[in-house]
Amino acid sequence: MKMIWVLALKELRDGLRNRWIGAAIILLGTLAFALSLLGSAPGGSVRASDLDIMVISLSSLSVYLIPLIALMLSFDALVGEFERGTMMLLLTYPVARWQVITGKFLGHVLILFIAIFGGYGGAVFIMILLGGSLDGWQAYLAMMMSSLLLGSVFIALGYCLSVLVKERATAVGSAIGLWLVFVVLYDLVLFGALLLDESQKMSQQLFATLMLISPTDSYRILNLSLFEGVSDAAGIAGIASEAGMSSLLLTGVMLLWVIIPLAVTLFLFQRREI
Amino acid sequence: MIDSTKDNNVISLENVTKKYANESVLRDINFNVQSGECIVLVGHNGAGKTSLMKLMLGLTKPTTGKIEVLGQDPAFSAATAQNLALGYLPESVAFYEAMTGIEVLTFYAQLKGLGKFECEKLLNLVGLSDASNRRVGTYSKGMRQRLGLAQAMLGNPQLLFLDEPTTGLDPILRQHFYELIDDLQKDGATSIISSHSLHEVEARASRFVILKNGVIVAMGSLEQLYQQARLPVQLKISVAEGQASHIADCLGSGVNIMHVNSKSFHLSCVTGEKMPLIRHISNLGDEVQDIQIMPPRLDELYTFFMNGANT
Repeated sequence: MKMIWVLALKELRDGLRNRWIGAAIILLGTLAFALSLLGSAPGGSVRASDLDIMVISLSSLSVYLIPLIALMLSFDALVGEFERGTMMLLLTYPVARWQVITGKFLGHVLILFIAIFGGYGGAVFIMILLGGSLDGWQAYLAMMMSSLLLGSVFIALGYCLSVLVKERATAVGSAIGLWLVFVVLYDLVLFGALLLDESQKMSQQLFATLMLISPTDSYRILNLSLFEGVSDAAGIAGIASEAGMSSLLLTGVMLLWVIIPLAVTLFLFQRREI
Repeated sequence: MIDSTKDNNVISLENVTKKYANESVLRDINFNVQSGECIVLVGHNGAGKTSLMKLMLGLTKPTTGKIEVLGQDPAFSAATAQNLALGYLPESVAFYEAMTGIEVLTFYAQLKGLGKFECEKLLNLVGLSDASNRRVGTYSKGMRQRLGLAQAMLGNPQLLFLDEPTTGLDPILRQHFYELIDDLQKDGATSIISSHSLHEVEARASRFVILKNGVIVAMGSLEQLYQQARLPVQLKISVAEGQASHIADCLGSGVNIMHVNSKSFHLSCVTGEKMPLIRHISNLGDEVQDIQIMPPRLDELYTFFMNGANT
């Protein structure tokens, strides 16, 4: 455990040193704060608390931004060290390969934790200082935590890619590709199919399942359905539970999206010759 | 203490072969290293020195054969405990460029369960104290190499792997570098050093392992290598003025005579013929003033094995 901690702290310090964490806090914080200034505009005439509205707008923004940030953190994690030759030396120390992966993962999740809670949390803190209300803070906290989970998914996916490719340049390209597929294309294809499917051959059950297996859609549904205030304001009250998607199931799906890529990464890393 | 030779084996390799995509980089490697030895791996670029080290370090797995390092299979992460007792300086060592010297060393020290005190001591030893708070990215080649050695010396390792440790170092640094290694050696450390040249490591090697195209072509101490090679010995015969060609003619056609001038000439012969020839020459009379025996030089030995003349 001590080894993992040493490796995690190194990643964390790297994040602080290259001002990565600072930049991410500022980016996320500014966006959250700007959205809070927009106020209840997205909510229309429905009565909802400020924070509920922020959960809706921030979660639909985070679904693009957080995966991007997570992939930027992780795509280089392994291939970069292979290419520079630092991995070779590291592995002659008394660390096992699974500890290297776990340590890096813990470090990167910590970075993301600081960025999300510092940015999103900081924005709310300022909002409250300026006289905003704390109503609906549970939904906001759940949004931050699920954002961290979403980020962890893409850190794990980034590692997978990082251990698969031979060069850093390939890793950059594939990371962008991965982001496009998971965040943009999958939904586009899914909704496109739904629109074209006029005779309704695609059952509602199938559609729900297809949404569920995508980590980004799971994240979206989770945030919009978990708290009543939010789902009322978003106008989708009851839809998720009708489709049989409990918050436990949605969280479970996202956790699987963390565990499976990590396991694949470890498997490939164990077999890799340095 | 009954079977001391076996117990002293720090490293043993049995019929080790390593292939990358069907191309073998190492073939049928067999050797043992005993505690306290200093083994020098010699060979041209691509002869398999680094591949051999990586196998012993457990960074790669042998395609066939068996390796034991400190009593365990080093392969992959199967055995990490023995890595505590191991130091490695890779060829052209790479560090985390954004970290300072002391940060890099502290990071590695923590992985071996050591504190900052050790790091400062080592940085001082390799002469990097003044630069310890500078980013490694700004270090020169020599400084990196010294940081690399400091890193390899963390926790007084029993077993040191140094892959071409002195390439790119100036002669003074090189000297200093070997002094540091000698100190470790005195404490009983076993070291495996790879090198291009025999010269540099001649004095400190207990044994040489000469690699060529992935095969061990020769192995042993310097004396053993000379015996194995049976290289011709050169004799320089100094004679009275003007007598050189006359004397040379007296030796008959069986010997190889070179560099004849008015008062001296060289001749070469195999080790076995040396003594009869010297007796013969010394019987030739007063004209022969001096006989100098010149054993084969290290370079010749190296070239001999590299050209595969022993088969």
